[in-house]
Amino acid sequence: MTHSTLALPGLMTQSEAELRQAFLRQVDIIPAGENIKRCIQCGTCTGSCPVSYAMDLSPRQLIALFRAGEMETIMKSRTIWICASCYACTTRCPSGIKITDIVYALKRLAIEKDRKPGAPQVRLLATLFVQNLMKYGRLHEGTLIRKYYMKTGITRLLGFVPLALRLHRTKRLALFPKRIKAYTSLSRIIRKAQEIEMRTAPEPLPYSPEFVGYRGLGDLKLESRKGE
Amino acid sequence: MTVKYAYYPGCSLEKTQRGYDESVREVFKALEQELIDIDDWNCCGATVYMSVKETVSLAVSARNLAIAETMGLDVLAPCSSCFTVLSKTNRILNQIPELQKDVNEALAEGGLTYSGRTRVRHPLDVLMNDIGLEAIRTRLRRNLNGLNIAPYYGCQIVRPDKTFDDREDPALLDRMFRACGGKVVYFPMKVRCCGGMLMTTFEETALKLNKELLQCAQENGADVIVTTCPLCHFNLEAYQDRINDAYGTAFAMPILYFTQLLGIALGLPSKSIGLDSLFLPLGEKITSLAEATYA
Repeated sequence: MTHSTLALPGLMTQSEAELRQAFLRQVDIIPAGENIKRCIQCGTCTGSCPVSYAMDLSPRQLIALFRAGEMETIMKSRTIWICASCYACTTRCPSGIKITDIVYALKRLAIEKDRKPGAPQVRLLATLFVQNLMKYGRLHEGTLIRKYYMKTGITRLLGFVPLALRLHRTKRLALFPKRIKAYTSLSRIIRKAQEIEMRTAPEPLPYSPEFVGYRGLGDLKLESRKGE
Repeated sequence: MTVKYAYYPGCSLEKTQRGYDESVREVFKALEQELIDIDDWNCCGATVYMSVKETVSLAVSARNLAIAETMGLDVLAPCSSCFTVLSKTNRILNQIPELQKDVNEALAEGGLTYSGRTRVRHPLDVLMNDIGLEAIRTRLRRNLNGLNIAPYYGCQIVRPDKTFDDREDPALLDRMFRACGGKVVYFPMKVRCCGGMLMTTFEETALKLNKELLQCAQENGADVIVTTCPLCHFNLEAYQDRINDAYGTAFAMPILYFTQLLGIALGLPSKSIGLDSLFLPLGEKITSLAEATYA
């Protein structure tokens, strides 16, 4: 069953509260992340975004929905996956909100909470990219593209044959991936970093109706930063 | 005076974008700067990795900075995406001591440590601010007179933070090519995004973005677009046919790396700066320039 927070004015469902809490923890590690509080809903982000016309929720709406306690709606959107990370919104935001970093945080949250992505192909590409990096230490574009199109539509892979031939003719096609020499050392670094990431994940706070509005921010370091 | 840089080519410059790699190396050699490759560098993680895991992505990218730190040199990263990711890692590690501690704990597994002192530089910044226009001018061999150039900066070398040029209206490329005798055309989309990886995941959207860029350059009379980024270059060049098919246009716009056009002006041989790696014909003006002999 899907919960609507509108059914309980001033309160929010447990799943919403947990999403919100996890999101705020992500926001907390973004330098100047707390500026999200200062959104004036002016829409400069949406107006500056070169791909907002193709989004289902505009960047401005993302922040409005977060405020309204509709994290689940954000998680389902294509918006967070279509962002090409060009930083036009971040540069222009009059309130200094790190919108691109917030979108990154939302992507990480959607992956962590295993929400069905609004644009699964982007998540697939990201996953394959990381696998590629883990396997070789460097990105092999050919392998990445081949695997991606094997999963999203083999016919489109055929469309790449002319491009591959062109790359080959201009001596730009690396047929096989190459591992870096210090591959095992890099793997050890990655494994350790993963371990640390698990270790530093804070205990979830108990569910409370206080997660509504910005009072929820009070439980995080954000409050103490205000005086700085 | 010879200055050394720790060179970080990045994955796409290794092969698919060899024209950028070759032209950066040749231009720096011509200007008597030494590039020393960072030994056994790894992928910076690009923008993708940041969206998956935080500590892991920082550690992966910091491994390169740690190796460069042992060399005691500034890192030179031509790919915009590498430049942004490495700079961002640097900034985060310097701002948040807890994360630096975590990352160092991970790096220790590979026998490395990073104190945060490496500076990450883009070739455009080094060419204009360290080497300087005066030094470049004395080595110019061919005049770009008559060539109309659209300078395309893309997003990631000028944003998110103010690094070495203005974020809304950068001017270093403009100044560089004016000094080479070229005409820099009005190009209001100079910092507009090309869509990057969207060409793979949201092709229609990315085709539209690139069509707008090409149209803007063409309407303003450009003979060539110069880029600073492998993704911009690939989207604008390799997909130009597809854009023409999708929109019924007839673009035939040569796309050059800024270091390739600078290489032409410095009198470097075409092959050495990777002009043979391009898909699209260079057009009459550039071809005759690149073949012009000089005293």
